Amino acid sequence: MDIIHNLILGLGVALTPINVAYCFGGVLLGTLIGVLPGIGPVATIAMLLPATFALSPVTALIMLAGIYYGAQYGGSTSAILVNIPGETSSVVTCLDGYQMARQGRAGAALTVAALGSFFAGCVATVVIAGFAPPLAEVALSFGPAEYFSLMILGLVAAVVLAHGSLVKAIAMIILGLLLGLVGTDVNSGIARFTFNIPELSDGIGFVIVAMGVFGFTEVIVNLEHKEKREIFVKKVSGLWLTREEFKAATPAVLRGTVIGSILGILPGGGALLASFAAYSFEKRMSKNRANFGKGAIEGVAAPESANNAGAQTSFIPLLTLGIPSNPVMALMVGAMTIHGIQPGPQIVTNQPELFWGMIASMWVGNLMLVVLNLPMIGLWVKLLTVPYRMLYPAILLFCVIGIYSLSNSSFDIYIAVLFGLLGYVFVKLACEPAPLMLGFILGPMMEENLRRAMLLSRGDATVFFTHPISLGLLVTAAILLLVVVSPAIRKKREDVFVE
Amino acid sequence: MKVRDPQDFWAGMMFMAFGAAAIFFARNYAFGSAARMGPGYFPTVLGGLLMVLGVIVSLRGLAFAGPAVSRFNWKPLLWVLGSIAVFAAALQGLGLVIAIFLLIIGSALGGNEFKLKDVLILALCLTIGSVAIFIYGLQLQFPLFPGQPG
Repeated sequence: MDIIHNLILGLGVALTPINVAYCFGGVLLGTLIGVLPGIGPVATIAMLLPATFALSPVTALIMLAGIYYGAQYGGSTSAILVNIPGETSSVVTCLDGYQMARQGRAGAALTVAALGSFFAGCVATVVIAGFAPPLAEVALSFGPAEYFSLMILGLVAAVVLAHGSLVKAIAMIILGLLLGLVGTDVNSGIARFTFNIPELSDGIGFVIVAMGVFGFTEVIVNLEHKEKREIFVKKVSGLWLTREEFKAATPAVLRGTVIGSILGILPGGGALLASFAAYSFEKRMSKNRANFGKGAIEGVAAPESANNAGAQTSFIPLLTLGIPSNPVMALMVGAMTIHGIQPGPQIVTNQPELFWGMIASMWVGNLMLVVLNLPMIGLWVKLLTVPYRMLYPAILLFCVIGIYSLSNSSFDIYIAVLFGLLGYVFVKLACEPAPLMLGFILGPMMEENLRRAMLLSRGDATVFFTHPISLGLLVTAAILLLVVVSPAIRKKREDVFVE
Repeated sequence: MKVRDPQDFWAGMMFMAFGAAAIFFARNYAFGSAARMGPGYFPTVLGGLLMVLGVIVSLRGLAFAGPAVSRFNWKPLLWVLGSIAVFAAALQGLGLVIAIFLLIIGSALGGNEFKLKDVLILALCLTIGSVAIFIYGLQLQFPLFPGQPG
């Protein structure tokens, strides 16, 4: 069996002392920032990027990946205990997790979140191991038309993910695409939208945009609302599930894992989309529907399994197609380029140690996370008692240092301030920033592939429909869009987001 | 004509403005043809699309009722963003230590509750922590005190 042979090769890499140590460092840090609201994996990974210069590429990637999936574990802790999602992908966990905590079942909620995540993480690892290599082979035959259609599919998925108006979400994507074009055009060498500012000729770093639109804006919006946190510190006891809870949670974990694994693979997907979809699906499937929002254990089990599965399988488009499907994956591209690795289908064949070592490390990391999160829950709860007024200046400081360290320039911080302001306007006008971010990341790649595809076809736009793979991707995108627009689903989708 | 959904109406206006700006600033970039797209092709098309979507969103803001735009809360907005900008300006000349104090005190002033003693302790801890983690741990390059090179 090839897979087993490869996984053994991977484990050999992942279990070297240095890689185990950095994997542990990554998941520990991930849990920490996951628990703390307001600082996410994007800011953390951005800050650590320069520090990975000194490491070997595989060690660096193992640590950075650990931060991402570690944050999914940590995020559920604050969602359950404080009703504040530590990570955006834990937003739906608040609904039922916090209610469980109020009913004195915080321990059970935390256990099901951690064990569900662990199970999902293990399955997702197998999914990556099984799917990535054949997908990489297919991807080797991808031309620009296929890449362009794939990105369209990803952007459509991002629209589905956004709450509120579809038209607004599409507009935000286009705005993101436009912002992504700032800088020197690769084909002609002309500087676009740079206003003769030399710092802009390389484009705006997406970390800067992300920190502004997500990081700074989040802090400001939080300050608008008076702090009202109720922490169920003393009630975290009884980590074991009752028999009924176990019976209810098991199928939810299974369904969440499947949904998460699938949605993670989609460009534009990842942990966030996965958790929302899993929650709404579970709500529809469950016999216990009436109990949702009032402390149903399925409402914790499904999204928490899904976000962890999604976080891990979102590595698939990166490793096989070279397309980052979310901001974290875009940072992983950065980490790879630092070490001179070109993300794309050739990684699997040319760098098997790197590829399989990283996958195997996810297993190791998930195991560490269960230990970190269950027996040591008391430690994380203590962290949550730190009041926000002490927390947010520290968050701002880390964000700012992260931005500065990208290119040692204060100019980047000023740009981030502008995006913070813009992000605040977005909030006031009920425009979701997530699609903007994805458009921003994919913008340059999309233009490049569109231009190349059209050049090869001599200006014939039907090329996107005559190539079978490209056609398939576009049809999938169209179906997805139709499904969302259909009145029945639309109402369901609103129901989910309203809560 | 009455604005019934201010959020949508102004969001549409914003999209239109961004779309128009994109087209305006892309006017000097060669447009090219579908087969040989110039640097102006993609931004102009996107700008046009954005304007169309902006019109749709704005019109919907006139047609359907919706929530009002909640008031801008200037205090946290200005203190937070202002103190970040001050940090950026202070870093090169005054060094990391002073810049951190300015950022922490400034951003804390934007909060609901300001306790000077707590804030000073926080700033001190963060300064020590940052120097330890970023300068000694991660080896990032910062000037520490006034007059030091980066």
